[in-house]
Amino acid sequence: MIYFDNGATAKPCDEAIKAANQALEAEWGNPSSLHAMGVRAEKMVNDAREAIASVINAEPGEIIFTSSATESNNTAVFSAALTRGKRRKKIITSAFEHPSVSQPVKRLEEKGFEVVRIYPDKTGRIDPRKVLSQIDSNTLLVSLMLVNNETGAITDVSKIFKAVKARDKEIYTHTDAVQGFLKMNINSKTMYADMISISGHKAYAPKGIGALYVKKGVNLLPFIVGGGQEKGKRSGTESTVLISALGAAVNAHKDDISERLERVSALRKHLKEKIKGMDGVYLNEFDNALPYINSLTVERYKSETLLHFLEEREIYVSSGSACSRGKKSEGLKAFGYNDSQLDSTLRISFCASNTPEQIDELVAALKDARERLVKIR
Amino acid sequence: MNEMLLLKYGEMALKGQNKKTFEDILVKNTKRRLKGLGKFEYSRAQSTLYIKPLEEVDIELAIERLSKVFGVAKICKAVICEKIYDKIVSTALPYLEDALLTAKTFKVEARRSDKSFPMKSPELQKELGADILSAYPYLSVDVHNPEVTVTVEIREEYAFVHAYKINGAGGIPVGTSGKAMLLLSGGIDSPVAGYMMAKRGVIIDAVHFEAPPYTSERAKLKVEKLAKLMSEYTGAINFHCVEFTKIQEIIKEKCPEELFTIIMRRIMMEIAERLAKKEEANCLVTGESIGQVASQTMYAMVCTDAACNIPVFRPLIGMDKTEIVEISRKIGTFETSIEPYEDCCTVFTPKHPKTRPQLKDVEAAQAAYDFEPLIQEAVNSTKAYIIKSY
Repeated sequence: MIYFDNGATAKPCDEAIKAANQALEAEWGNPSSLHAMGVRAEKMVNDAREAIASVINAEPGEIIFTSSATESNNTAVFSAALTRGKRRKKIITSAFEHPSVSQPVKRLEEKGFEVVRIYPDKTGRIDPRKVLSQIDSNTLLVSLMLVNNETGAITDVSKIFKAVKARDKEIYTHTDAVQGFLKMNINSKTMYADMISISGHKAYAPKGIGALYVKKGVNLLPFIVGGGQEKGKRSGTESTVLISALGAAVNAHKDDISERLERVSALRKHLKEKIKGMDGVYLNEFDNALPYINSLTVERYKSETLLHFLEEREIYVSSGSACSRGKKSEGLKAFGYNDSQLDSTLRISFCASNTPEQIDELVAALKDARERLVKIR
Repeated sequence: MNEMLLLKYGEMALKGQNKKTFEDILVKNTKRRLKGLGKFEYSRAQSTLYIKPLEEVDIELAIERLSKVFGVAKICKAVICEKIYDKIVSTALPYLEDALLTAKTFKVEARRSDKSFPMKSPELQKELGADILSAYPYLSVDVHNPEVTVTVEIREEYAFVHAYKINGAGGIPVGTSGKAMLLLSGGIDSPVAGYMMAKRGVIIDAVHFEAPPYTSERAKLKVEKLAKLMSEYTGAINFHCVEFTKIQEIIKEKCPEELFTIIMRRIMMEIAERLAKKEEANCLVTGESIGQVASQTMYAMVCTDAACNIPVFRPLIGMDKTEIVEISRKIGTFETSIEPYEDCCTVFTPKHPKTRPQLKDVEAAQAAYDFEPLIQEAVNSTKAYIIKSY
């Protein structure tokens, strides 16, 4: 099996599985209980909190655990609106956000908020001036994705958020950092983000766990209320099992971020080298991009057909666009893909344990596919 | 609670000498549907099938399943009483509480097949009506248009009372009208076509054509799910899955693009016919409706029909899409049909399909390649398995 769909989900690492088992079997107490079992469970949660905080250079008190990055993103958008949405009714985002940001934003738009969606230029870059020219006293939130999930394009959120905060520090800044977390260095202190969303299962932990960094001093009304867990910022009994798994995954991956990035860059280079000379096959490249995510166009072949063809050879990728019933990826459209590219683009998403030999197999299979499959007209 | 179910026959009540054959099949179908729900005793009289649970059963679930058995016009849920008038009243009044609390008008109907019962039907009606009125004084009797009709039947072994009646599935029992091979695509129409044929007593076998990697595993799972949903009405479906990739690729390569769909459908018909013969099915069934798409024009259908030698039935032929959707929602297949996996092989659909193909042109185009070995290979390698809900 060759797994090139790490952008969809990554294999949980052994450390995470071990930590989850430990929490399930031995330390199953409720962190809110006053007795010793509760104290031990609470310590587990706080250890994980510290691990996540340290990897993004934050303080433990700035990390809130959630059920998923979708919840983190919903919380960021809706909490901002709940807190200051009466006076400020303008939201600025990119045109290529993940649905867990774009849909909450759309919901607010339907409720009367003004939404500005910024498109990237040809190089995949969001021009800071485009954002700044939209800032006014009505602006509530600027939410920009750190690494795009379909193209790998990186947005320089630090630069943009710093400028936004210089204009008006009351404007909330949020970044969806799911595809960047544990894959590139993220420094909350220099990012000027009030909120950062992360996910567990793209970072070698299980599904069902996410986190939201909320900068100290940013007092947001909570999105989920109840028993007051997470200092009242996110109620619901903490999932000790998944939280400790996430903590373990972070500890296992925090020290070799640069090293893994180098290896993955080499993989990308190798892929680019291997497809050279294949007419109509190319990587969609952007000036500043994370090599974990690769957008590969195979002209005149339907991406979903290719996907199933590769699947038969136990090579797993995803289609860069949801081809179902003519629904094309809004994200790729925002990056300027034309209609035939939208139909014919695969997403090859690496992890550091992928090898050049696996890429050779992928490319050989693609050559085979082009020999054997019927072309789109 | 000592309850039983009464299944009133639909049009099979009108059958003459062969009514017993219909009844036997209905009983057999009913038993299959109730399998796993508990022990029941079956008896029949006066165009009614009586089903009495012999142990604690989930009667609502039984009704739900029986409401999808063809051949039944109405289903009643009744309480069994001792054949003493006072007992009938003391059992019936609490049993009917739900019905009587929500109604404003009612009437009582009595039937007496045990003539030794001391009260005659009109007297029984009058007495029970009076007792109901004194227990529910705000009700009034309306013999023409009552909201609730309380029925009391006095039979040899016991009496029973009911006020609960729902519509059955109608039609005639599956297995009384031969067998058909249904071309099941995964869209909205074909499950409805299968349902309609089964309603007329036809046993349904299904054939599905898959084209990996142009179609996905999920598309096939979806079709299997549709077959499973249909089987709540049709009974178990013998499902045939044909690997169709190679044939599609060759049609695409060898035949004119505008005739792609028509030639593909002709070959599908040929394969379906051979499978039908293998399974002793008498006909093919499709979900086509005239003029719905290019391959469903009159001209196109003439061309597809010419490819096979057994009848092709199209129960939706004169229906609008909205009417088909309505039935699809009613039988519960709609939500699955619209899952977006079906059309992933749009690679093959021609941009400008011919809406008025001529048979001789189509035959000539198809003759460009000898499909026979591929057709036979597809038939031979077809996988068949049973799909059923319960």
